[in-house]
Amino acid sequence: MTATAETTDTTKAIGRPIRRKEDERLLHGRTNWTDNIQLPGTIHMATLRSPMAHAKITNIDISAAVASEGVLHVYIGADFPDLPGTTCVWPVTDDIVMSHMPAICTDEVRYVGDVVAIVLATDQNLAVDALQLIDIDYEPLGAVVDMEEALKPGSPLVHESAGTNLCYTAKMPCGDYEAAKAKADVVVSRRFINQRLIPNTMEPRSVVAAPMGMSDEITIWTSTQIPHVLRVLLALLTGIPENHIRVVAPDVGGGFGAKLQINREEVLALVLAKKLGRPIKWTEARSEHFVSTHHGRDQIQDIEIAATKDGTVLGMKVDLLADMGAYLQIITPGTPLLGMFMYSGIYKMEALDFTCTGVYTTKTPTDAYRGAGRPESTYAIERIMDELAAELGMEPMELRKKNWIKHDEFPYTQIAGLTYDTGNYEAATERAMEMFGYEALRVEQEARRAAGDPVQLGIGISTFTEMCGLAPSRTLGALKYVAGGWEHCTVRALPTGKIELITGTSPHGQGHETAWSQIASDIIGVPVEDIEVVHGDTGRSPYGMDTYGSRSLAVGGQAIKLAGERLVEKARIIAAHQLEVSPDDVEFSAGTYSVKGDPEKSTTIQAVAFEAFTAHNLPDGVEPTLSGEATVDPLDFSYPHGTHLAAMEVDTETGKVTLRKYVCVDDCGVQINPMIVEGQVHGGVAQGIAQAMYEGAVYDAEGNLLTASLAEYLLPSAADLPSFDTDRTVTPSTTHPLGTKGIGEAGAIASTPAIINGVIDAIRHLGVNNIDMPASPMTVWRAIQAAKSGGN
Amino acid sequence: MIPASFDYVKATSVDGAVAALVKGGEDAKVLGGGQSLLPVLRLRLNAPSVLIDVSEVGEMRSVTDDGDSILIGASVTTYEVMHNELVKEHAGLLSLTAGVVADPAIRHKGTFGGSVAHADPAGDLPTVAAALDCEMVIAGPNGRRTVAAKDFFVDYFTTALAADEVLVAVRVPKLGAGWSYNYQKFNRTAQAWAIVGVAAAVKSENGTITEARVALTNMGATPIRATGVEAALAGASSSEAIAAAASKAADGTSPTSDLHADGEYRKHLAQVLTRRAVQAASGI
Amino acid sequence: MTHISATVDGVHRQGDVEPRTLLVHWLRESLGQVGTTVGCDTSNCGACTVLVEGRSVKSCSVLAVQIDGKSVTTIQGLAEGEEWHPVQKAFKECHGLQCGYCTPGMVMASVDLLNENPNPTEAEIREGLEGNLCRCTGYHNIVKAVAMAAAEMGASK
Repeated sequence: MTATAETTDTTKAIGRPIRRKEDERLLHGRTNWTDNIQLPGTIHMATLRSPMAHAKITNIDISAAVASEGVLHVYIGADFPDLPGTTCVWPVTDDIVMSHMPAICTDEVRYVGDVVAIVLATDQNLAVDALQLIDIDYEPLGAVVDMEEALKPGSPLVHESAGTNLCYTAKMPCGDYEAAKAKADVVVSRRFINQRLIPNTMEPRSVVAAPMGMSDEITIWTSTQIPHVLRVLLALLTGIPENHIRVVAPDVGGGFGAKLQINREEVLALVLAKKLGRPIKWTEARSEHFVSTHHGRDQIQDIEIAATKDGTVLGMKVDLLADMGAYLQIITPGTPLLGMFMYSGIYKMEALDFTCTGVYTTKTPTDAYRGAGRPESTYAIERIMDELAAELGMEPMELRKKNWIKHDEFPYTQIAGLTYDTGNYEAATERAMEMFGYEALRVEQEARRAAGDPVQLGIGISTFTEMCGLAPSRTLGALKYVAGGWEHCTVRALPTGKIELITGTSPHGQGHETAWSQIASDIIGVPVEDIEVVHGDTGRSPYGMDTYGSRSLAVGGQAIKLAGERLVEKARIIAAHQLEVSPDDVEFSAGTYSVKGDPEKSTTIQAVAFEAFTAHNLPDGVEPTLSGEATVDPLDFSYPHGTHLAAMEVDTETGKVTLRKYVCVDDCGVQINPMIVEGQVHGGVAQGIAQAMYEGAVYDAEGNLLTASLAEYLLPSAADLPSFDTDRTVTPSTTHPLGTKGIGEAGAIASTPAIINGVIDAIRHLGVNNIDMPASPMTVWRAIQAAKSGGN
Repeated sequence: MIPASFDYVKATSVDGAVAALVKGGEDAKVLGGGQSLLPVLRLRLNAPSVLIDVSEVGEMRSVTDDGDSILIGASVTTYEVMHNELVKEHAGLLSLTAGVVADPAIRHKGTFGGSVAHADPAGDLPTVAAALDCEMVIAGPNGRRTVAAKDFFVDYFTTALAADEVLVAVRVPKLGAGWSYNYQKFNRTAQAWAIVGVAAAVKSENGTITEARVALTNMGATPIRATGVEAALAGASSSEAIAAAASKAADGTSPTSDLHADGEYRKHLAQVLTRRAVQAASGI
Repeated sequence: MTHISATVDGVHRQGDVEPRTLLVHWLRESLGQVGTTVGCDTSNCGACTVLVEGRSVKSCSVLAVQIDGKSVTTIQGLAEGEEWHPVQKAFKECHGLQCGYCTPGMVMASVDLLNENPNPTEAEIREGLEGNLCRCTGYHNIVKAVAMAAAEMGASK
């Protein structure tokens, strides 16, 4: 069932664009960013980072720094020889070469930004001043920047003891690709570069660790997406008992995967707070963020697609090189494999031959960044479909329609073995093409070509799906992922009838406080404003798997529903007792329990909450207090999809690319709050456009990051983007009880190939069939020049 | 990040600023709006011992009509340059270009004199100063002197200003009647520096260009006057003639290569943007 | 140390600062006005935007000593008591914020933009906010919010 209308039922909270509860404090500066926390006696930590990509440390002189004003301690690697700075929880293959990132480097540095010393001082400025007084001698060992060079014999080794820069090889042959290829009339191959990105959350990372004095507990406030997972990992890495560690994620200013991590600054702050018995604070400067917070993407993709001449896709071969950077962090090796199952996209085919080779280089480690693996796979399939269409002389949308899974074929088990529960690609595409004015733009494109207009027009298509809500846990275990995929919720009725909803998800902009209240409001029948969502604090919310991979609603939403229903059922027993009838004779609707057939005889859930608190008159065997608790491990992933269309203008004289119009129709199933959904789409689309047009980390041959500030690493502002035309179709998920899917990453997954397909479509007639991202003016101009002179 | 420590002197007169500079020696620096300087200090790429703040020196804060020219105090902000009536009337190219510098908050604080004295080859306002044949009024321990724009910009971030001198004002000759102008800034994002910029001012009579000034941003170590283009534009009355003249824009230049553009591409852009700037200015 | 005094969000404040202290650090660390955030060190992001003498500046690129004797308005001083500023109201109504970290600067830049141009076009709004980066919203709803605030402020005149 696919609908296009949004909920108009005003008796329900779900489906309404309720304005956010979070906004009042955020709009008045009444916030609690980690860097706002100023505890008495705080010691400020500053980090000295390697200026060399790869070198042996031959001498360190800290004497001047130690003697500097306000300095309490200077620590180097030798002070913590066995303390790891991070850990990897996803050893993806049996052959994987693991790595050890020390909290502070001892004898060797492996990327520009590796930590070589820390200063603790009474004041942040004095700590930074002292960094400049530390003298370190380095002996260069040779940078490893290019992945293909890294794999050649004789390359310098990032980890000498491993004897290789090859981190792992993951293979997934599905069907018989060679047989499929043998039947093919057309085989198209391309090399795509999915460039390295630097996340740039607007809030830089920050951490405060403090012994609170009331117990042995140390509280660590940190700008993280994963307080629960972090607590476990900090305990495992430092040996400090888990029960002595409380992790709080206060207001967190954006994540996008960059804060799905365990970082050495967190490890050091915790260990030093314990050792020194005082609060330790560290906040990243933006220039530090560029080298010290993990990067995203960075793949070389060799893609081949085989098809018959009528446009039936037969199979696809995917050969990836994935840059790990210098060390494996939390899910570094797994990130490219999160796209492994998605290279066939929405299309039917009989074979998919997937290989991914992870490579160590002397660069900042990579890890999850908005979409994590699925943007890369979506880019590959949606780009190669356009190239196949061009090769066959087919209209690219027609090629897609011919090959996609039809809406009446769901559930559909695709070539990589995933079963897509529902989808309606026809509906989303039809709506998107109508909003876009697809045919009229094709006419304009033709006219501009015929006229030789210096500004050419292209139409970029991306008909995508993705998988989100990593679960069930059993599947993750089979993939060698160390953690589970469940989520927890407790819904607690307070004596005055207000509700505390304690969630294991940990928002950083997604509006969980509002959306979770909407879900609970409908289930337990209390007003949205009477529900307080408690999150991001292991002291108040002991169980959770946190927020990443578009999992919060897809997984966490199920836990809210079940916990709420359990509360309602317990309250029904108490209500029946109060109403002097059997629970079976009590109906529950909109917060009121009434006797079947006698609706005047009723009580409210708030009244029941008070009864449960006083416990003066509870039925036998019913414990005082009223709450419901649930931990849910979902049945499967969920599969949002959509159709994104971009009208791109290319100034052929300068190479400058302009996004003229962007239309997207997404299907994320049931929407809890369409306003928030739309906001997620806008932000995701903008980030994907930014990858296509503006962003890209650039290193020189010595391993220096050249794009090391916002002056060189370009993020689009409002002046660089248009407004977006968005809509949704609603095809509820059948594997998720609320019918929801996920929407946090969809925009970033879908938009990148739409933009590049549009750029190429504008200038394909000039002979261009590939553009490496970002499509900067010089890159596009050079591609046009190369095509003119016969190459590309 | 926070700058390394420095002393701070708030100057209240030009003489006071010069005296403080002399006293401060080589590690003293003049602070105007600080919009280029403070980021450099925050990244600790530079660490002066003393900053001499001239942003509120009265003499340097005014725009005055001085007959054939207007005199713009070095501490007049970019925002004020955009909106000042004298500048708009007599040096419209300058007010137009001021509007594409950085972003509104930076324009509120950054100064015309600061931009000129900073001499970033990617800066937009030094190019206009070159195009309009501005003169820099400089104060030092031995009094005042005037340096023409063509002699003022010496190299990357280097001007004729000695370490103990302060840029007091910029004298901008009035263009007079019959002139029209345009500035083409080519950058990847709105707030980014120019990859290449072209300032053009043309005087036309009955659809024919009689005189032209063309200056280039980021095509070398300093703002560059495209003299070949200027000469070729005299007498131009068709778009073909303008295009032919513009094709000389990169002659004699050796622009730098960086992340966003290599020298060859910059040379190409200079020609395209010169053509567009002259066409937009002249309406031909 | 240099002694400075200034009116911050309508309150007279004074103190001794090191000359190198940036305005944003004085606000956050000395005055406890932590509503204004720091997002970068190159004056690109605009998160720290405040009004000095009624005009937007990036408080990470102004020395605290330079605002001696001046008035500063931050996100924390924008509302009049319980009454939200129209820009604040419009940001909530239009969902013009997600994580909220850029919001203090984005709101203050928007206030400045509307002071300058009470009736901006969409293009003028976008250009007026070119110095403020947001990573969450794609700017779509921010632009809508500024247009809504403009309409609201125009109507109330």
